[in-house]
Amino acid sequence: MPTTYLEAIRQGLWEEMERDPNVFLLGEDIGVYGGAFKVTAGFYEHFGEKRVVDTPISEGAIVGAAIGAGLMGLRPVAEMQFADFISCGFDQIVNFAAKCRYRWNAAVPIVVRAPSGGGVHGGPFHSQNPEMWFVKTPGLKVVCPATAYDAKGLIKSAIRDNDPVIFFEHKALYRRIKEELPSEDFTVPIGKAKVVREGRDLTIVTYGAMLWTALEAAGQLAEEGASVEVVDLRTLLPLDRQTVCDSVRKTSKVLLLHEDTRTAGMAGELAVSITESVFEYLDAPIVRVTAPDTPVPYSPPLEDAFLPNSEKVLEKSRWLLRW
Amino acid sequence: MSPVPATRPQKRKKPANSAAPDPQLARQCLYYMSLMREVEDRIERKLYRQGKIVGGVYVGRGQEAIPVGSALAAQPQDVLFPSHRDMAVFFVRKVPLGRIFAQYMGRQGGLTRGRDGNMHMGDLSANIVSIISALAATVPVAAGAALALRYKGIDGVAFSYFGDGSTSRGDWHEGVNFAAVQKLPVVFICNNNQYAYSTPLNLQMAVANVADRGPAYGIPAEIVDGNDVLAVYAAAQRAARHARSGNGPYLLECKTFRMTGHSAHDAAHYVPQGLFDEWGKLDPITRLEAAILAAGWEDEAGLERARAAVHAEVDEAVAWAENSPFPDAASLTDGVYESQ
Repeated sequence: MPTTYLEAIRQGLWEEMERDPNVFLLGEDIGVYGGAFKVTAGFYEHFGEKRVVDTPISEGAIVGAAIGAGLMGLRPVAEMQFADFISCGFDQIVNFAAKCRYRWNAAVPIVVRAPSGGGVHGGPFHSQNPEMWFVKTPGLKVVCPATAYDAKGLIKSAIRDNDPVIFFEHKALYRRIKEELPSEDFTVPIGKAKVVREGRDLTIVTYGAMLWTALEAAGQLAEEGASVEVVDLRTLLPLDRQTVCDSVRKTSKVLLLHEDTRTAGMAGELAVSITESVFEYLDAPIVRVTAPDTPVPYSPPLEDAFLPNSEKVLEKSRWLLRW
Repeated sequence: MSPVPATRPQKRKKPANSAAPDPQLARQCLYYMSLMREVEDRIERKLYRQGKIVGGVYVGRGQEAIPVGSALAAQPQDVLFPSHRDMAVFFVRKVPLGRIFAQYMGRQGGLTRGRDGNMHMGDLSANIVSIISALAATVPVAAGAALALRYKGIDGVAFSYFGDGSTSRGDWHEGVNFAAVQKLPVVFICNNNQYAYSTPLNLQMAVANVADRGPAYGIPAEIVDGNDVLAVYAAAQRAARHARSGNGPYLLECKTFRMTGHSAHDAAHYVPQGLFDEWGKLDPITRLEAAILAAGWEDEAGLERARAAVHAEVDEAVAWAENSPFPDAASLTDGVYESQ
């Protein structure tokens, strides 16, 4: 039976808790209620209140307590009810967790789960993509899975990792995508991008929910006779520049796509990385398709205009392919 | 609102130390307090002025009784979260003195190998967690460590140190509330030295005591004379016993006074001179020495020998640190992640 993206995360958490008694969960409404999105439904009943800790509305305390427990050798998984609220725990993440190893050689093996992204009519406080706040912070790992397989494999890797991992799970994918997953234990390595679709004429680099937009556009372009390669970054920090540059070397044209806003988004970093490494292979300007530099609006016509979609990708792709 | 000067020391009926007489404990307290005084004097008045300390210097002169009395009351399995005026916590936990000087001097031998300076250091092998500069950030972290101790079935307590100013931060309230709700074994130790940089208490909070905040979180709170090391020791023992017995956290407010500026570059012109004079008479080291002499546990010659021994120990540690190399610039990018 196919497994949804949400169920994949759930399975990953469950299996890691069964495997390692040091893994435990903490967050708001994750226990008796099962979480705002029901990712942890049934955990409290199975693992008990010791390992599924309902907390006050205190993101600073949730992340801080996770760090303290992590320093003592546990493997906490903290849930932010929405990624937007991670700003309340920002100092704990960027000043405490991220710098412990570098400063005093102390491991902080924590995972902070952050349901992010738009397309669910959540408005300015329930739709953001705050990944770049953390990509600017050395010491953190930032993961943005796009598929059920990667979501399960990456949450398991994140829990086993000895460094702090911010795990962005895209809300719009929770119940919208599904696939058959292997029954045996598997992980997906953090820090490795994946070529999801091979092609010769153009590379689209993306991550998160925009993978599906890229694949939709690539399918349409194939019908128009163009062969498009799609690279899913999967991890934003550490960034797998090698896989991106290898693809550009092959196709010589690249479109960078993300749901996050434009200025200082991942596309900017990738564009410079590409020109630094494979400039001579480029046959056209580097192009990006992103959200504009605005908050995420609520009303459907506004949010639809805000979000990148396959039409916007197709328009820019065709322009690039004509070069 | 005009800044009202900080409070004068309260009149005490009994100026001597209050706990039950224990000559061994008194000697230990005197040793660690004297060591902290000497180490910080050496850092602030010698090495800093010689340009050998490359960053800021913040000392706990006059406040030594708080880290010494409380850390001595801790058991080895207890996890300590010292703040920036609690250096003696490291001595009690036997962290080598030379490594602390090396830390201040940015040397490879420091606890952070030159990656950080001053009291921004920790040592998990000694069960000491490093502070970060945003004060009160360690308060929820200490709650998490206490949760881990309980989770693992370890009979331990987290000692969370902070100043009066820290209690204005959200992290403090979130951490205390979380610990209270979860009934975690945490002792919250406030070093109330009445100034947060230049900001006096009355511009920091509208309650008279930090301890007044305890009942709002449903936890017991106690005020102790922070310049009486044996009183701090006894109170910390009470607090730790409470926390260790599964009764949840305990808030201990140690009243003291900052006998310096905020840092070595701050002349503290905003502090009325009279307060330094009055609080100076309550110096915790002088008081304990007087109590020891009065009890007949030591004579003046014995105290002098102890001072000389501390001097010699510090000389040796400074020499060790000065011989520690600066870190190799080639190591700049090492250790951001476990494997790179």
